[in-house]
Amino acid sequence: MMTRSEQPEPAEPIETVAPVELDTIQQPPDEQKPVGPTASLERPATTALNRVVVALLCGLLGFAVVLQVQRTASGDTLQTARPDDLVQILDGLQRREDDLNVEIAELQDTLGRLQRSGASSAEALAEADRQAEALGILTGRVPATGPGVIIEISDPDRRIPPEVMLDAIQELRNAGAEAFQVGAVRVGVDSAFTGSGGTITLDGVALVAPYRVTAIGDPPTLAAALAIPGGVLDTVRRAGGSMTVEQSDSVTIDALRPSRTPIYARPTE
Amino acid sequence: MYALLALIAGVAIGLFVHPTVPDWLSPYLPIAVVAALDAVFGGLRAKLDNIFDAKVFVISFVANVLVAAFIVFLGDQLGVGTQLSTAVVVVLGIRIFGNAAAIRRHIFKA
Repeated sequence: MMTRSEQPEPAEPIETVAPVELDTIQQPPDEQKPVGPTASLERPATTALNRVVVALLCGLLGFAVVLQVQRTASGDTLQTARPDDLVQILDGLQRREDDLNVEIAELQDTLGRLQRSGASSAEALAEADRQAEALGILTGRVPATGPGVIIEISDPDRRIPPEVMLDAIQELRNAGAEAFQVGAVRVGVDSAFTGSGGTITLDGVALVAPYRVTAIGDPPTLAAALAIPGGVLDTVRRAGGSMTVEQSDSVTIDALRPSRTPIYARPTE
Repeated sequence: MYALLALIAGVAIGLFVHPTVPDWLSPYLPIAVVAALDAVFGGLRAKLDNIFDAKVFVISFVANVLVAAFIVFLGDQLGVGTQLSTAVVVVLGIRIFGNAAAIRRHIFKA
């Protein structure tokens, strides 16, 4: 403000110096020159108005600066980006998308492969389970149930020899029986009847009359196999005993044999 | 002095109001701000030279902003918007530096 009051006096000397350096305000001095003398008369009025306008513009500048800084800081730069830049950004994004798509395809391949191998190993596991069940029934490692017969052989004279029991088992096996139990002993592939008439031992366990044999198989076939002339029934009667055969739709064999690991035999490849 | 106060007031208003910039204005705002800065530096230098005239300042301020915005607008229409904005910023930056140097000489006598 004070400068302005001084302005008229130094106006002329400075104007001569100013034109060389002042770009921004270069024109003003030129305009000022003619205005200067005339303006000195109306100075007070213009000064007040000018102050307001200058302040307004400065305020506007501050406002705009803050606005722009905030907008830049907010990171919403895509809105203001030019088409060229947008194209470049889009290009980059598309390249990245392609890369990611390739990666997705690879990972899906891997996933599929793993799932397939997982499914096949699950199948192998199920097959192994089935085999283990079949072998378990054969070797007496698992309980078994199914249609079959329950045979009771009484021996009041204690004259039935172990051979009769063996015969009975053999006949049943011939007739298609799949699992046997005599008394509380499960009959396996290495079972043996020993002893003599009246004191029969199966696998080291003494049997007590009446002998109770449970077999799983087709009930009528098993019953018929025991009743053939000269077969088990006849032999038992000759020894003074009696035999009853009870056919059933569901008999249970729950005696188990201990597992036996082969010492010498190894599977051949 | 009152100009500086007004500047601070503008900053404060901007901080408190949180206005949104209309889309059509957003490409020109940064250039306009730089142009206005140039005008303010020029005005400050003129004041130190004791040749400050409010009318000149106002006209140069408005003209600077309008011309800068127009150049950017033209550049956008011609497809060289980025390059032209860079050119405008460079030119205005040089002028700001020149004015700042003159101001410095006035204040520090060096």
